[in-house]
Amino acid sequence: MKHASKRRDVAAPGLDNTAPTAAPHAGWVKSTHWIATVSFLLLVFTGSEILMVHPRLYWGNVGNDLTPAWIELPISRNFRHGGWEGNEAFFIGADAPVSEARTFKTFNRNSWGRSLHFLAGWGLVAAGVVYLLAGIVSGHFRRHLLPNWAEIRPRALWADLVDHARLRVRGATDGPDYGRLQKCVYFGVVFIALPGTVLTGFAMSPAIAAAYPWLLKLWGGYQSARTVHFLLAVALVLFTAVHVYMVVKSGFRRQMRAMTLGRKST
Amino acid sequence: MNKFDAISRRRFLIGGGAALGSLILPGCSKTPLPPTYGSLLRMADNLTYLAQRTLLPGQSLAREYSHEDISSFPAIGAVSPGQPGARGYSELYRDLQKGGFADWRLSVEGAVDRPGTYSLADLKRFPSRTQITRHTCEEGWTAIAEWTGLLLSSMLLAAGMHRSACCVCFHTYDSELVDSIDMLDALHPQTLLAYRMNGRDLLIRHGAPLRLRVESQIGYKSRKYLQRIVVKDTFDDGGNSGFAAQGWAWYTGI
Repeated sequence: MKHASKRRDVAAPGLDNTAPTAAPHAGWVKSTHWIATVSFLLLVFTGSEILMVHPRLYWGNVGNDLTPAWIELPISRNFRHGGWEGNEAFFIGADAPVSEARTFKTFNRNSWGRSLHFLAGWGLVAAGVVYLLAGIVSGHFRRHLLPNWAEIRPRALWADLVDHARLRVRGATDGPDYGRLQKCVYFGVVFIALPGTVLTGFAMSPAIAAAYPWLLKLWGGYQSARTVHFLLAVALVLFTAVHVYMVVKSGFRRQMRAMTLGRKST
Repeated sequence: MNKFDAISRRRFLIGGGAALGSLILPGCSKTPLPPTYGSLLRMADNLTYLAQRTLLPGQSLAREYSHEDISSFPAIGAVSPGQPGARGYSELYRDLQKGGFADWRLSVEGAVDRPGTYSLADLKRFPSRTQITRHTCEEGWTAIAEWTGLLLSSMLLAAGMHRSACCVCFHTYDSELVDSIDMLDALHPQTLLAYRMNGRDLLIRHGAPLRLRVESQIGYKSRKYLQRIVVKDTFDDGGNSGFAAQGWAWYTGI
């Protein structure tokens, strides 16, 4: 394997800071990883249910069945259901906003869907806060996650990308000895995509957005926040698929052992 | 620059007012949290409620929009409770609608010194507030409309709400289900009993003749077709006849 590095075993994590290539995953990395994983899967499941109730996405502050959508997703019977009657304009004029009454019996499981979404959200936020604090305090981010300048040289990144595209994947390293492309992707997931889903989620909360109006300004309105929330979720699902594929490709049993009970490989 | 100064000063005044308000807010000494019915989902709802009430600064104002921002507005749920066979049909409501709501009365009762009933004309004698706000439906859609009505807080003060008041329950014509809000939302400076929408009387489908507007929560808390307001000095989410019994979260600030 091209990037395979020499490993040497260390007795306990954190004792030897100068040998980042050999340390196994820290306990807090493993536990927050799995709490976040379970939370994320629940969030994707309930998030899909919530999206099925109104499978239309918009930009700006306003979006509903009586206004044009950016995209419409054919993912439930609510898709273009057309069950509206009694068009009545609020003001005089050809393009005046209107009211219409819904006659269609829509799909809606948001009673438990929304509450379960927020329960899982608490799991993600709790794991995320512990992970971010421990990552800063322990030096994990600095030593293992942040790519250095040499690693993000375009040529080096491109070479790594080509290797991945040709499925030349290096073997498991049993610890946070990440490749350059891996570092960049993890960085995006940990510092951009996951916090982004939380901040777009907060922007969609009427009480939180009232207290902190910059949240809505940040995304350009409620519906923009909702659309970005969806796009980030899609990106995270794609990441998860590739991530699991890479785990399988690089030695599933060994990787799972390293990320659960095992301290080092046998 | 000037605009920024004005906004920050306004926000300072609002923040200060909210802080003062929290000092004189009536308190729930007993059962300050909604029951969980042993459900993990309701426990998580309560965690969210507690976290928001603890961490968020008091009664922040929801954003108000300009007249050009007013948008088309779907009417969902019960849209014609006066029509036999329709969802939420009520014979009582049908008769009131036939009479142009001349005989309609809002009953205010419970933990108040002066329980009573109010006609629409009575309600319109209260100082009115007009606000252009965003309706956020749990389904995911949003719409902006202008609402005119009286502050729920004016009504509660006029009725002589007890200092022990804990929550305000709403009974409506279109449903047996009772819903309630806590005092922070009930006394919020944007929580209205609205009788006008976009400059005209409320359409039947949007809750005529009077509906609630709770701008700090999701749309379904803003109940249509109001009939009765009951102030409680213990927490009451409606129990078996409440929204929670149907699986819906009682607190929807998120």
